[in-house]
Amino acid sequence: MTQAPSSVRVHIHGRAITVTAGTTVAGALAIAGVSATRTSVSGEPRAAVCGMGICQECRVRIDGRVRLGCQTVCAEGMNVESMA
Amino acid sequence: MSTAATQTLSCAALIVGAGPAGLSAAKAAASGGAAVLVLDDNAAAGGQIWRAGAHAHLPAEALALQRAVQACANVRVIQSAKVVGILDAHTVLVETPDAALRVQWQTLILCTGARERLLPFPGWTLPGVTGAGGLQALIKGGMPVQGQRVVIAGTGPLLFAVAATARKAGAKVLMVAETASLARVSTFARKLLLWPSKLVQAAQLREASYRTSATVLSVQGQGKVQQVTVQQGNRTTTLDCDRVAVGYGLVPNTGLAQALGCALHTQDGVPAVTVNAQQQTTLPHVYAAGECTGTGGCERAQTQGSIAGYAAIGKTAKARAFEKDRAYWSAFAAHANACFALDAGLKNLPHADTLVCRCEDVAHGALQAHSGWTQAKIHTRCGMGACQGKVCGTAAQFLYGWEMPEARVPLTPARVGTLAGASGNVGDLAD
Repeated sequence: MTQAPSSVRVHIHGRAITVTAGTTVAGALAIAGVSATRTSVSGEPRAAVCGMGICQECRVRIDGRVRLGCQTVCAEGMNVESMA
Repeated sequence: MSTAATQTLSCAALIVGAGPAGLSAAKAAASGGAAVLVLDDNAAAGGQIWRAGAHAHLPAEALALQRAVQACANVRVIQSAKVVGILDAHTVLVETPDAALRVQWQTLILCTGARERLLPFPGWTLPGVTGAGGLQALIKGGMPVQGQRVVIAGTGPLLFAVAATARKAGAKVLMVAETASLARVSTFARKLLLWPSKLVQAAQLREASYRTSATVLSVQGQGKVQQVTVQQGNRTTTLDCDRVAVGYGLVPNTGLAQALGCALHTQDGVPAVTVNAQQQTTLPHVYAAGECTGTGGCERAQTQGSIAGYAAIGKTAKARAFEKDRAYWSAFAAHANACFALDAGLKNLPHADTLVCRCEDVAHGALQAHSGWTQAKIHTRCGMGACQGKVCGTAAQFLYGWEMPEARVPLTPARVGTLAGASGNVGDLAD
């Protein structure tokens, strides 16, 4: 049986960071110092609010698909781009 | 663009949600031996209260229940699975990160939980302002708060637990601002003697920075949270801080139930799924348990889930054995909900230019003039964005007394391929 890795490497705007296994993309964005996940229709910066998949504020592009940062767990090699 | 064929899964009992209610229902329903499928929206089972994650510490009872469910050979749990639509009376359309599924069921148990009530105030859209439960969830997901100055506010006993989580993760909790008065909080605390396990929990969550009759009026900052202004009785205080977490209690997630055609009723001022003593909804093959039937906490959710699971497979005597516990925890829920009922004064928090709909950036001033949700939606696009009114519809219900928006399919944002596969009309929609 292989042991689960204790950390994973993800790319945030092309920059590689290492996070504890189980960290969400919302967590990884904060670790990488990205404060805004998207820009609102009137141009305001926004970031995760509800933390549980309701508000949609933390939606980001993950490996090309729009997904919620708070409900997506970081996987090795994942590419994350904010929509800010 | 090509779309993979939509896979079809069949089960005797489908459970939507793997929180305390859903896991309890799964364990009970599995005792009948037939196939049980659990679909859960999150990356790991446990719901919000037993949220797993990089920095989560789960109670023994949660781990024991998860192990019991995992040990059932006839239970399959699919994580990160969202129910996006209803295909016929016994089939739902489900989306996972990689696929779309048609799921056929004979009996359905809805354990869709609750969401946090987020109310607008000036500055609530700044990055760094979160829900209270929201902050707890984000910290458990590994969001760093080490050394950050945090103000936690809103109402209800959840605020203590959020403060404990934040502090454990290294945050400096400057204040826990409870909007309810000391008299109401004291009433809540005094009666806890009737639920000794809750009294023990409460004793563990002592909080020196706890303030009653304290409400966050506004948050200030350039592109992020820098200051918060809190009203305490007649006094107003402004504090420098990095994060503000505000949650005004919970609201049942009734969207799927409503879309299926289950009746709802108003409980504690918001819609909840109507159930009978067997946790059966007004549709004979659909049961509901936990927070979606009215917010009532983790213990009540477990007893309801057990009753629903046994009732769904016809084990009525087994189900009835939980009725006494359900009554005990329902009484606790009623007590807590009465003590932490929202103060009408919170309706005055938003200014005319405060956004109420965060998706379409619609301000309070643009909404006040309208008579109801539908009219407001047509004229302002309020509720037409990605969250589909789950945040602003809940706020508008409190602020203006409007009925909450009806559930729309897709119930949550879904990929075109998922919807196209369901209709068989791939070519037209997926180009």
